[in-house]
Amino acid sequence: MNQIVARGRDSQEVLAAETQDYVTMFIEGQLFGIPVLTVQDVLGAQKITRIPLAPREVAGSLNLRGRIVTAIDVRLRLGLAPRPEGEQPMSVVVELGGELYSLMVDSVGEVLSLPSAGFERNPPTLDPLWREFSAGIFRLQGKLLVVLDVMRLLEFTRQEA
Amino acid sequence: MDDLLSEFLTETAESLATLDVELVNLEQNPNDPKILQNIFRLVHTIKGTCGFLGLPRLETVAHAAENVLGKFRDGDLEVTPDAVTLILNSIDRIKEILGHLEQTEAEPEGNDADLIERLNAMAEGRAAPAASSGESDAPPAPPGPGEADNPADDAPSWPVAAELEAEFAELLGKNDKPAAPSVPASVPSTPAPAPATAVQPVEEKPAAVPAAPKAEAKAPAASAAPVGEAKESVANQSIRVNVELLENLMTLVSELVLTRNQLLQMVRGKDDSEFATPLQRLSHITTDLQEGVMKTRMQPIGNAWAKLPRIVRDLSLEMGKKIDLQMIGAETELDRQVLELIKDPLTHMVRNSADHGLEGPEERRAAGKPEVGKVVLNAYHEGGHIIIEISDDGRGLNLAKIRAKAIANGLVSEAEADAMTEQQIAQFIFRAGLSTAEKVTSVSGRGVGMDVVRSNIEKIGGTIELKTALGKGSTFTIKIPLTLAIVSALIVECSNERFAIPQISVLELVRVTPNSEHKIEVINSAPVLRLRDRLLPLVSLKKLLRLEEGEDERSETFIVITQVGTYTFGIIVDRVFDTEEIVVKPVAPILRHITMFSGNTILGDGSVIMILDPNGIASATGEAGMAGATQAADSKAARVDANERTSLLVFRDGTGDDLKAVPLALVARLEEIDLAQIEHSHGKPVVQYRGHLMPLVAIDPHMDLGKEGRQPVLVFSDRDRSMGLVVEEIVDIVEEHLKVELAVDQPGLIGTAVISGKATDLIDAGYYLTQAFGDWFGTQEEPSFDNEDGSQRRVLLVDDSPFFRNLLTPLLSVAGYDVTAVDSADKALALRDTGREFDIIISDIEMPGLSGFDFATAVRSEGPWRQVPMVALSSHATERDFERGRQVGFNDYVAKFDRDALLETLMQTLAAAEGAA
Repeated sequence: MNQIVARGRDSQEVLAAETQDYVTMFIEGQLFGIPVLTVQDVLGAQKITRIPLAPREVAGSLNLRGRIVTAIDVRLRLGLAPRPEGEQPMSVVVELGGELYSLMVDSVGEVLSLPSAGFERNPPTLDPLWREFSAGIFRLQGKLLVVLDVMRLLEFTRQEA
Repeated sequence: MDDLLSEFLTETAESLATLDVELVNLEQNPNDPKILQNIFRLVHTIKGTCGFLGLPRLETVAHAAENVLGKFRDGDLEVTPDAVTLILNSIDRIKEILGHLEQTEAEPEGNDADLIERLNAMAEGRAAPAASSGESDAPPAPPGPGEADNPADDAPSWPVAAELEAEFAELLGKNDKPAAPSVPASVPSTPAPAPATAVQPVEEKPAAVPAAPKAEAKAPAASAAPVGEAKESVANQSIRVNVELLENLMTLVSELVLTRNQLLQMVRGKDDSEFATPLQRLSHITTDLQEGVMKTRMQPIGNAWAKLPRIVRDLSLEMGKKIDLQMIGAETELDRQVLELIKDPLTHMVRNSADHGLEGPEERRAAGKPEVGKVVLNAYHEGGHIIIEISDDGRGLNLAKIRAKAIANGLVSEAEADAMTEQQIAQFIFRAGLSTAEKVTSVSGRGVGMDVVRSNIEKIGGTIELKTALGKGSTFTIKIPLTLAIVSALIVECSNERFAIPQISVLELVRVTPNSEHKIEVINSAPVLRLRDRLLPLVSLKKLLRLEEGEDERSETFIVITQVGTYTFGIIVDRVFDTEEIVVKPVAPILRHITMFSGNTILGDGSVIMILDPNGIASATGEAGMAGATQAADSKAARVDANERTSLLVFRDGTGDDLKAVPLALVARLEEIDLAQIEHSHGKPVVQYRGHLMPLVAIDPHMDLGKEGRQPVLVFSDRDRSMGLVVEEIVDIVEEHLKVELAVDQPGLIGTAVISGKATDLIDAGYYLTQAFGDWFGTQEEPSFDNEDGSQRRVLLVDDSPFFRNLLTPLLSVAGYDVTAVDSADKALALRDTGREFDIIISDIEMPGLSGFDFATAVRSEGPWRQVPMVALSSHATERDFERGRQVGFNDYVAKFDRDALLETLMQTLAAAEGAA
């Protein structure tokens, strides 16, 4: 049952509730958000073991309290330039299908409670890659928040095939 | 009690408990299809299982109840309280029969016609007349369908009982239950005069099921009751636990082991740590816990074999062959996860042996073999592995046909094939698309074959080998790890990244420096390594994993010689660390496509490390394309005689830099003891070990054991005695052909052998055993060796005790004999059939299977060994044994523990035999 719900696009859920809480994060100044309930952990810089031959976006794996977490560089996933040398990433840990993934972003911000009235569908002009990973946009004061579709973000099979 | 039966009882008791609840639920919600469905399913399962086990009474009751339930489910019948009561009655009846079954392992006599009648009536929609009354008031003896009730008067001749007894006998015969005699015994003991009504008042339990046949059903039960009640009910003795829960437990324990290792590592450096003692205790408990949890997952391999006899029987009928399937070591236990994975490959291979391997009776007769072909399954533990052998005495592989097929399928060119050895060609059967069966039978020959078997076995980290001799049969040897959960892995580094390689596939390590004898040579940019007259293909881990090239040329590199199946190759890495116990965890799904890794894990220091998959690396290096044919030739040749190699444990004893070695098979365990725990008994050091006192012996008798710190100890065990040999450092485990080059006249040493290219002293474990226990061998004599004869006499040693085999093999080899040791007379005779020749045979007397006497009789009766002198070896050296031994053909008789006498006797017997010739 749970899986069926999970498979539905976030946008439906987004509209259903009055307000929803999002963990916000920044990549190259752009504000992103993922539903707070999907977040397991927020991490600072970690010792990451590189995985040879893995897709470019897979930064490696790390040990989070005895569990192995696969780190995904969201910058690369979104087709952005690699993180400049010396800048330490932060990560948001999410669980998908029993596996833990850490989404590496530039920085993690506060948790925002957003009214569903401010939710918009993806504008058609959005880059196709972004449209793939964005579940929709929230209009905030002064800026826009892109809701990341975690499931699609972690779905590598389609591109690999 | 039969495993199958007790499992059935446990399972059914649970189902019934659920049923009770569900039925009451159903009564309250008669229209809930889910509940109905569940009830239906449960009853159906019971019915099915009963049918399978041959329990006709249970089956018919369950069947009738299922019919009614089916009508409920389909909406043909309304769920009324009466109907539910009837179903509940059936359930009670089933319980009662089960209760009886549990006590006597047989269904009670009697039948359930009344109940079934009512159930059927209900199913057909007839208003069942008995239904209402059946609820509470027990009709003591309703004139139910006649034949059930007639026994009361003339008890001695119960037709029903007789009939059932016959059925049981048949059933028991089929299942080959050890309990067989108990049934016939219980039937005659039935109190003959007991008329149904007379018994009932005596019953302790109120009549749960009010039906006439019950009384007579109970009668035999009552007679068996004292025994039955003494024991706990089978259904209560075990609980069923979700496999997932066990898996989780195992994972947790694995983590605990890792954490423990980590802690031990931290404390090891500090001698005075206050944590040492509690940690030691934690360590022991963890080990016990790990063993316990592992045990819950262990199942006898016989479970995977259960259906083989049937398959073979059907096959023999279908093919018109006579097949004798022998299963040895069915009680050998292994992890259920592994068991599940090898079930199908095993079935396939046994089918193959029976179908392709064995000839038809005529062909066998023509070849001078017994008409009945043999397929032998043999499983046993060796080291941390399970070895499963599947052998047949059939025609062997038709190598010419395999070769032709391989060429036809483009697997190999004709020229290449010409250059291949027979064993190498035989390996083609492990390749896809090669079936040697000319006809596609229903059994095999459909092209799904050994390649699948091989890949399945390799998937669980196992290996498979094949030996075949034309006209003599084939033997497959499968080696699989005991468990998949914790493996030992070698940690290597390449381009500053660390990787783990499962130890099972690592053969040896070679260090390469500019001035070492080993050099990496390059043929058209393909690196190779010369190693003991073989050329090994090498792969650079750096290139394979596309790691950054290192800064500059390293002054030293290491090569991990790895074996996958029969393919041996080297992996070039920068550095090698030590080995670590790791828990293999699957990689994230998004990384599963990378075939180079079999998983990942967390090391003791907390970092994540990828586990290399030797299979993946091998296939990435083109093994699939047979590119390494020439190399493979060597490796295969090497594998063939691998049996004659001995695993040796190399260590330092603290008396110098000399390496010492002892056959690994002699060593029961490697332990590290805390010196603080050493106590003294009669002035000799002892340590408490596994609830016993274990004497400690050092190679150097003057070695100071110290008071603190930890010391590695080799534990030798025989039966219930253990002895610890204190060593300085354990260096390595190598597999070598054991050839003692120099014998030394020093107690405690057998001689010196070349092991891994280094002169290594081979210690005489027997000497140290007698140091610990003077009477270990029943003699306290100082061993001394004669090494007079230079020419190599070939000795065949037959002894079922691995301990003595391993003890005598070096002893004899140092005395100048070329020793071949086998663990049973059957194997010895098999050697004879392969045409091996020996100058003398030494045989144990007490052996499972063929005894030494039978063996001698067999040897003397026919075959090329008729004239070979034989020496009997036994712990009983009485005059009578002596005489018997002589009668069956032994030339001499030696007490097992008298090594001097053995050597003496060997010499004399050989001399006598030569003199006679």
